Amino acid sequence: MLNIMEVHETNQMIEQEKLDVRTITMGISLLDCVTDDVPTLCDNIYRKITTTAHDLVATGKAIERDYGIPIVNKRITVTPISLVAGGACTTIDDYVAVAHALDRAAKEVGVDLIGGFSALVSKSMTAAERLLIRSLPRVLSETDIVCSSVNVGSTKTGIDMNAVELMGHIVKDVAAATADNDSYGCVKLVVFCNAPDDNPFMAGGFHGVTEGDAVINVGVSGPGVVSRALDEARGKDFEFLCETIKRTAFKITRVGQLVAQEASRRLGVPFGIIDLSLAPTPAVGDSVGEVLEKIGLAQVGGPGTTAALAMLNDQVKKGGIMASSYVGGLSGAFIPVSEDKNMIDAAGSGNLTIEKLEAMTCVCSVGLDMIAIPGDTTAATISGIIADEAAIGMVNQKTTAVRVIPVAGKGVGDSAEFGGLMGYAPIMPVNNSSCEEFVTRGGRIPAPIHSFKN
Amino acid sequence: MNKAIITVVGQDTVGIIARVCTYLSQSDVNVLDISQTIIDGFFNMMMIVDYSDSDKDFGTVVDDLDNLGEKIGVRIRCQREEIFTKMHRI
Repeated sequence: MLNIMEVHETNQMIEQEKLDVRTITMGISLLDCVTDDVPTLCDNIYRKITTTAHDLVATGKAIERDYGIPIVNKRITVTPISLVAGGACTTIDDYVAVAHALDRAAKEVGVDLIGGFSALVSKSMTAAERLLIRSLPRVLSETDIVCSSVNVGSTKTGIDMNAVELMGHIVKDVAAATADNDSYGCVKLVVFCNAPDDNPFMAGGFHGVTEGDAVINVGVSGPGVVSRALDEARGKDFEFLCETIKRTAFKITRVGQLVAQEASRRLGVPFGIIDLSLAPTPAVGDSVGEVLEKIGLAQVGGPGTTAALAMLNDQVKKGGIMASSYVGGLSGAFIPVSEDKNMIDAAGSGNLTIEKLEAMTCVCSVGLDMIAIPGDTTAATISGIIADEAAIGMVNQKTTAVRVIPVAGKGVGDSAEFGGLMGYAPIMPVNNSSCEEFVTRGGRIPAPIHSFKN
Repeated sequence: MNKAIITVVGQDTVGIIARVCTYLSQSDVNVLDISQTIIDGFFNMMMIVDYSDSDKDFGTVVDDLDNLGEKIGVRIRCQREEIFTKMHRI
């Protein structure tokens, strides 16, 4: 039978250490909405989403109350829109109309975000995909909660450098289109390499083509819980440290597993995966940076940071894997600068640079995330950053991503405010040495060799 | 059997258990076990209850106990048991 200390520990995690389920995300296939008429397509999409996800938010709230665990976001992901709308949309206006249908449907069912205004172009772009990408500045400035992602490379296909080059311009255009709001549109846009099909987190979530009609994926969080647990590991060796992280990750993931199974049962929608990520928020004590500092760094960003993060990421996975049979998505430690108090401080003091963050992305769960850069950064430089990050993902067979915000009208010394979970960030300096010639060559970088691993 | 865990945390005063139990009895919620201790200077009580015979919706019991706690000046939470068993039992 449960004892009072175990119950106290769980409630302490929830009340003091900010344990929460970050998101219940319902993936919905829109493949059965396909038609060649844009208004009919929009109607089909609206109807499919509002029918399938009708009870999602109410169910999430009921689970929250029954178990006493906060579920911060309820979200929807859909089939990449380039596949759903490619046959119908012939103009940017058409794609914008589809985005508005997604926005309306998501608001109707009351979710926080909807992801999947996406294109998978890891080898090459079709005309429809190119058009979708070109519609992004309008889509992300005219809609409120639609999120977009573009997969520009993979380990199997190499990197589509035409898409990388185009995305540099698009990121700039999205920033300009949302200039009066600290270029907030870029917060809703992720450029991936090796994008997973079942990611419940935003802005990069979409419902992959390998998925079924509908699925429930859950993203857990809990850097605060790991941080608190590490207080007991102060001064102890790595074996003790790793054991502490694994135990904590196990406990956190079990809560996610419970919530996912319960949501799946109540909604009558199959359970997909648990994404066992440590997802920080800007709140004090809910920081991955703080965890790294408790492992032994004076401030995140200094020497030792990459090794500490590699160990943290691995232990989180090892602890979480045993807690759920279906682990997927991104799973690991996120390092979004603007969403993490200690990262924000380290970036502000100059201790954390983009170059160090790039090294950290080799061992963390995703990539360069939520980084505010000067508004006058060139499109070519942004393409270069995307290419570097995609190369890390391609060669290391991992998901990497870029979500940088070239904040219009701001430079180093200023800061950008994104609000809520998205946080705020000092503008970080970027190496502006030109890579124009490299990114404009055209074509693609071939897939890497899979032997001779050195 | 549908088990839930009720926890009461706060300053110890006369009649906390009595008032919680009165409510549970009126709601046909059966108390299976009670334990209490002091953690960090605060009174902590835990009850394991069975609510399968209660005609009240579980959410109503959660809200009622929350309100009762506010009246007494303590924090009362009522949560389904699985969140604890999942976390602490393999």
